[in-house]
Amino acid sequence: MTSQPAPAVEIRGVTKVFNPAGANEVLALDNIDLNVAAGDFVTLIGPSGCGKSTLLRLVAALVESTEGNVLVNGKTADQARLDRDYSMVFQRAGLFDWRNVSRNIELPLELMGWKAADRHRRSAEMLELVKLNEFADHHPSELSGGMAQRVAIARAMSFRPALLLMDEPFGALDEMTREHMQNELLRIWSETETTVIFVTHSISEAVFLSTRVVVMSPRPGRIAAVIDNELGTRDDSARDTPQFFANVSAVRKVLRAGEPR
Amino acid sequence: MSLNRLRGSLRQVLVFSLFVILLMAGYSAYKAFGQSVDDAQTDWAVIGSILPRTDDLTMPSVFEIISGIFAEPRGVNEAFGSIVVREAAFTLREAAVGFAVGVIVGLSIAIVLSSSRLLERALVPHVIASQTIPLIAIAPIVVIWGRKNLDFLPWEWHDWMSVSLIATYLTFFPVAINGLRGLHSPSSEALELMDSYAARRGQTLWRLRLPASLPYLFSAFKIAATASVVGAIVGEISAGVTGGLGRRILLEAQRYTTGPERLYVAVLFAAALGIFVFLTISLVEYSLVRRKGTEAVL
Repeated sequence: MTSQPAPAVEIRGVTKVFNPAGANEVLALDNIDLNVAAGDFVTLIGPSGCGKSTLLRLVAALVESTEGNVLVNGKTADQARLDRDYSMVFQRAGLFDWRNVSRNIELPLELMGWKAADRHRRSAEMLELVKLNEFADHHPSELSGGMAQRVAIARAMSFRPALLLMDEPFGALDEMTREHMQNELLRIWSETETTVIFVTHSISEAVFLSTRVVVMSPRPGRIAAVIDNELGTRDDSARDTPQFFANVSAVRKVLRAGEPR
Repeated sequence: MSLNRLRGSLRQVLVFSLFVILLMAGYSAYKAFGQSVDDAQTDWAVIGSILPRTDDLTMPSVFEIISGIFAEPRGVNEAFGSIVVREAAFTLREAAVGFAVGVIVGLSIAIVLSSSRLLERALVPHVIASQTIPLIAIAPIVVIWGRKNLDFLPWEWHDWMSVSLIATYLTFFPVAINGLRGLHSPSSEALELMDSYAARRGQTLWRLRLPASLPYLFSAFKIAATASVVGAIVGEISAGVTGGLGRRILLEAQRYTTGPERLYVAVLFAAALGIFVFLTISLVEYSLVRRKGTEAVL
């Protein structure tokens, strides 16, 4: 038997019902099975209401599943949260505007009780990683949307979590900034060997970024298909390859099939 | 301080000075107009029918009021203004202690109530109801309690502390209500972020909820600071505590006919004290709270 690395995330028969037995009961996720291998870059894509954000929050243990279980690094999702096995990036950067850039990056380290000198050293490294060294002392109100999101990524990566959960992190950015951020994220991903689960509703973003695309369909949220996404090179040039366009078409086809007629 | 901000503060000082001058001019004009109508002995004017009559006793002239600051009362070798300033300092101490205790009490209430929706729903109506009890009614009770029932305290209880307690009664309320709003102000994403880092409740309070509350708290502090001065003055008057501005206002009202300008001076100094505490809070806010596009009110 070939040695398979233990999956970073195992989702087994997960069902999520909001407001169970209430008037506005919603079956958000229906019997989801998904494995994410360590080092994978998995995107969850689907129309709004397909439960992709809910699925991400289940992995983060910010939401509890109604049935089934979620294992992160072989532990329950909540234990993984308490052990700080993952980090999360939201659509809005969510920087604290009373802290400067460095101190925003140091927030999780403070919560974990790091010494000041170690925190400063690490935040300087992180600023290097996202190429914002000269903005250490700036306040969030002085940053552009793309810069703020890079700080949010630096904050998320500051304690080097094995798993990065991203909820439409580039959704509020303009197209040019967005492509630049995608390139940066791929560079960071390859430099840090982090496992990423990435929620998006952009097909090209999903195909450009991920090693696997999980296509979801709405009401109730189900996995319509899991598409292995081989692009060869992982840099800006991949955007113009025939393989890229072929994979975009494949994802689009599955998404279209799930649409109501 | 940047040049723009300096210019802004300068403009605010100018506007305020202009306002004071206009107020004095309006006061003088009304007084002169009322007196000329009175002298002419006509019933034609609104004065005496709709608007109140004026005379030197009810409306001492601006000049008289200003000279009242520097005049030495009979038998005293000190300018009246300097006596009132000393009394204002006494009242300020009562107000400041009352404010400080009110902030601590108000903030504690806000933190406790913000920890549970159930507690909040159950107790906020009581916090609001507390403010429907008239201050004048509880003031004597507080003073009597202070004299008789607080002898177990490790320090000696003075009457001015009772007045501070009365001021606290006014100040804790805006702090509690605004503080509660501020503690609830972080977005659900910010709270999820703290949860995702497995932050403890205290950490979320200290690093997210409290800093996010600061703008809310400072608007409460400004209300509370001026209210603490009002509370101290009213407390002194209704509890019969001597040494402060409240007592002074009561005294000058009793002997009004022999020197009406002194009551005006006392009231003006009381107003100035209120403005002073408001500006002090604004300055602290200015140096502490960082907000894009907003400046401290100066």
